[in-house]
Amino acid sequence: MSNFATETAYYINLMKKFILNFVVKHNEKLGDRFGLLKLTPADNSPLPPAVAGQFVQVGVDGSKNTFLRRPISINFIDHDTNEIWLLIRNAGEGTDHLLSLKPGEAVNMVMPLGNGFPTDDATGRVLLAGGGVGIAPLLYLGKVLKDKGVDVNYLIGARSERELLMTDLLEKYGPVNISTDDGSKGDPGLVTENHVWGEKWDRIYCCGPAPMMKGVARKARQNSTECYVSLENMMACGVGACLCCVEKTVKGNVCVCTEGPVFEINQLTWQD
Amino acid sequence: MARLNVEIGSLKLKNPVLTASGTFGYGTEFADFIDLNRLGGFIVKGTTLNPREGNDYPRMAETPSGMLNAVGLQNKGVDYFIEHIYPTIKDVDSQIIVNVSGASIDDYVEVARRLAPLDHINAIEVNISCPNVKQGGMAFGTTCDGAASITKAVREAYPKTLIVKLSPNVTDIVSIAKAVEAEGADSVSLINTLLGMAIDVERQRPYLSTVTGGLSGPAVRPVAVRMVWQVAKAVKIPVIGLGGIASGRDALEFIMAGATAVQVGTYNFVDPAVTMKIIDEIDDYCRRHGVDDINELRGII
Repeated sequence: MSNFATETAYYINLMKKFILNFVVKHNEKLGDRFGLLKLTPADNSPLPPAVAGQFVQVGVDGSKNTFLRRPISINFIDHDTNEIWLLIRNAGEGTDHLLSLKPGEAVNMVMPLGNGFPTDDATGRVLLAGGGVGIAPLLYLGKVLKDKGVDVNYLIGARSERELLMTDLLEKYGPVNISTDDGSKGDPGLVTENHVWGEKWDRIYCCGPAPMMKGVARKARQNSTECYVSLENMMACGVGACLCCVEKTVKGNVCVCTEGPVFEINQLTWQD
Repeated sequence: MARLNVEIGSLKLKNPVLTASGTFGYGTEFADFIDLNRLGGFIVKGTTLNPREGNDYPRMAETPSGMLNAVGLQNKGVDYFIEHIYPTIKDVDSQIIVNVSGASIDDYVEVARRLAPLDHINAIEVNISCPNVKQGGMAFGTTCDGAASITKAVREAYPKTLIVKLSPNVTDIVSIAKAVEAEGADSVSLINTLLGMAIDVERQRPYLSTVTGGLSGPAVRPVAVRMVWQVAKAVKIPVIGLGGIASGRDALEFIMAGATAVQVGTYNFVDPAVTMKIIDEIDDYCRRHGVDDINELRGII
């Protein structure tokens, strides 16, 4: 998969990054722990180009103890309304502050960052597997793939029905197969136990907690299916300067923020 | 515009604003956000003789007004730098300074020797203060003898401007500064990170793979200003101040405490364009206070 590395470098070199002021247009609470922010550039300029699977670094002004930006994946880009959507899990003071923002409030973002999911060469039937808030980048990915004529299918895992996010929106781009830990919706158990693994897939895209992604990667390897996973290692800068978010790969430690967040699974050292 | 030029040994800077090693990559990472040519200079990532993979993930933790890191000098080695990175940055109209690290005196000397012929690099910053490596690094920087022996050896191998970066994790930073001055350092930069630690109480384990790491960001600024003030009073060579600088006001604190130039570090992560704002804010301050030359403000406290 050496050509994936080339493709990654291609994205990084090609896509100019910006520091932009945005205005919150909409902030919707989703269940107890999640929220959806919709933002538009403060000066109404068109959103900079970005691809599915890239992320933004969101400034968190006004929370007492936080300091760094928060890396959040791009959930959706709505070109009709010029809005970027961020699906956020309340994971602490920084994200709690972001989820308390009101329409009209300002947010500064550095974007677009990272490589994104490869979509140019996608064909046939693909599976988009998401766990928890990991479904975030799969909404826009589903749209991009469907627009290209690819057969999009989702596999979504959550603790319970209450924690399922955005399934109605995902359904616009393909059927949604569900696994819940407590069996309250869809197949009971882990996503790796879902009935979809009885079917043949041409490619898998995955984003979720590390144990879930490792399980999906194992399934993909067993079935010899091409598979891309999106990692969310803790990071400070988001632009490849601090070297904090590294992941061990076959090339050694690399920055998830610039060489990822999306990796082809054979680039990683997840051979368990 | 006020006169902002300053000199570090024979190194001429167009303004006193540099970027700190390990927070600015090789400069190119920030080229979308700022005009690198406007910087007084930039100090590239710690470079060692051989490639280093650095420490295991996780390498960072956010702390109040700052962060801990434990990167452990991940870099591809000096030869990779010379062959692949230097050609991409050498024509930036700014001073490029390479931060040099090693596990032994011979390592430091060899890296300095290989960098010396590069036309567009007129200074190195010798890092005797990295808290995140088992061998070398801070081990050299916490005793006067260790700091002096590295400085002496590198001085013999490197004819251009030699800056030594000091650790704050010592009882008496002034004596270390004097020791490296006595062995021929052209300048000292301070402070490197403060050794720190944070624990995830829910998981009952440290946040960093290495348990301890280096604290940086605005949280350390008062400690850094104090140390710069003490050192600048005690040595004749120019002092470069760093530690939590996030604005022109912060940079001026260091200059008034005695720094000739400053480095902006962790705040590059928060605002990738902060260096440009700091240069403008220093200029604006000079205008408001009738200062014609930034050098007039140096060490006024």
